Amino acid sequence: MDIAKNSLLYLDGVSVSFDGYKALRGLSLTLAKGEMRAIIGPNGAGKTTMMDIITGKTRPDEGDVLFGGSYDLTKMDEAEIAELGIGRKFQKPTVFESHTVDDNILLALKAPRSALATLFGKPAPDTRNRIDQILETTKLKDHRFRLAADLSHGQKQWLEIGMLLAQDPKLLLVDEPVAGMTDAETAQTAELLREIAVDHSVVVVEHDMSFVRDLGVKVTVLHEGSVLAEGALDAVSADPRVIEVYLGR
Amino acid sequence: METRKPLLLSLIDTRGGIFLGLVAAATILVPVLALMVPANSAFALPPYLVALFGKYVCYALLAIALDLVWGYCGILSLGHGAFFALGGYAMGMYLMRQIGSRGVYANPELPDFMVFLNMKELPVTWWGFQSFPYAMLMVLLIPGLLAFVFGFLAFRSRVTGVYLSIITQAMTYALLLAFFRNDMGFGGNNGLTDFKDILGFNVQAKETRVALFMASTIALGAGYLIARAVTQSKFGKVVIAIRDAESRTRFLGYRVETYKLSVFVLSAMMAGVAGALYVPQVGIINPGEFAPANSIEAVIWVAVGGRGTLVGAALGAIIVNWGKTFFTGALPEYWLFALGALFVIVTLFLPKGVIGALDQFKARRQAAKQSGAAATAAE
Repeated sequence: MDIAKNSLLYLDGVSVSFDGYKALRGLSLTLAKGEMRAIIGPNGAGKTTMMDIITGKTRPDEGDVLFGGSYDLTKMDEAEIAELGIGRKFQKPTVFESHTVDDNILLALKAPRSALATLFGKPAPDTRNRIDQILETTKLKDHRFRLAADLSHGQKQWLEIGMLLAQDPKLLLVDEPVAGMTDAETAQTAELLREIAVDHSVVVVEHDMSFVRDLGVKVTVLHEGSVLAEGALDAVSADPRVIEVYLGR
Repeated sequence: METRKPLLLSLIDTRGGIFLGLVAAATILVPVLALMVPANSAFALPPYLVALFGKYVCYALLAIALDLVWGYCGILSLGHGAFFALGGYAMGMYLMRQIGSRGVYANPELPDFMVFLNMKELPVTWWGFQSFPYAMLMVLLIPGLLAFVFGFLAFRSRVTGVYLSIITQAMTYALLLAFFRNDMGFGGNNGLTDFKDILGFNVQAKETRVALFMASTIALGAGYLIARAVTQSKFGKVVIAIRDAESRTRFLGYRVETYKLSVFVLSAMMAGVAGALYVPQVGIINPGEFAPANSIEAVIWVAVGGRGTLVGAALGAIIVNWGKTFFTGALPEYWLFALGALFVIVTLFLPKGVIGALDQFKARRQAAKQSGAAATAAE
């Protein structure tokens, strides 16, 4: 259990099936504090299911999921897990379309989440500054009063990453952040994520190999619901099993 | 954020200001026209019109309540008529107890229908309703409690969309059937009627009708301000966020169920107040008020006016009901067709309702003006 204690995120022997289809089969994964990890794998490898389990959307049939060595994520719901410090970015950009960019960040900003607090509470004095800071980092300062619905696809992705930053989570789960982005936007996103990884732990799921290379971090390859290989991207992509299931096709 | 306005003023935008101005004008004008202008003058307002306008105002309050859950939180309730009717029944029970020994059977304790059904003593459900404050408390508590229990179960099980709409419809239908039964002790299919007085004043009197109308407009104004305060707060932003992207809100750490439940209960209480003000003005409450069609009609009002605008909902309630009064008088057989046609037309051509169309028109004119100005500048 020492590994579990010292890790930020610890998955051991996690399995889940939907209507007989085994989405995860004995998946084990350990993420150290402050680490950034890229997860790759072909379609149906279980990447999104893994995210669903970590964030409490799906309950595993068996296996342990521990956060910070002591919190059992399989017994908590989405809101509790979010409060614990796990933020999630969806594959499709999901922002609040009829709110302004400013309000999107405001809603994500770390603050009391109860209905009473939002109805009667006053915003913390540094709220304005923190929103400004995040808009600066995500390059959305000029768009702050626009509705999120009017942003471009890339800007929506950044806004969502900005919302994650505002949550100030201990761990960020980012699902395919550069899907549908231009090359320039992709490079900027890689830079943004590296910046974030300086003081947050991050798990990135991505298909785009050049983007993963840009990130320059340890890579885990998933295949049919369990870990196939783990290590530096060059080592992993030289692995014949990986080539067979993923890169060789 | 930089300049601090007093709370109340910061809630009122131009549209809300116009709305509240009209409501205030009605609150003053109707009493003047009904009571001070001589009855033979062309401007005199007959009492039946005062009661009719009062009814519209109650519907407008119901529409605002519905807009709060549908327009802002995305919960399409097809059972809001139930909360309205429950508020109405609570008021009706108070009014029945006020009749006392003036009933046909002259029983000082039991309303006529209970004597007729051979009941020997007052059922527990009726205890306390001779007291006006108690009855008013029940006007809020009964719809609120039903909404709480119903919402707690539905939202916790994450029932959403069409499924939720269907079970709200089932809820009001179940209540309709229950209230039709004589042994429920609420007057069966005849409901509660033959009211004599409210707080010691004759409900039929012109002055009482005017006072009830004023109480309704004040309740409408207050209901609007409460709904506005809720929707403009950070709480309201979370509620809109739930409507737009429920799971995103959940992953941000908000307890979506609690938010939905709070809005739903608040809305049910507002609907209850609307029903309570409605009953003394129309003089009767019966199980027909629980009819699913009533709840659906309320949804149409909100759609016609423009959902998610509050003012639009109130406007829609008044427009549609004015149309209904006109049609059921002039061409009674065609009202349902007209209502159906209205719903289709609004869905096709005014997806954001009357208010949304006005906004669009304004935006287009502004854009035209700007491009016109740009063209002259270019020359």
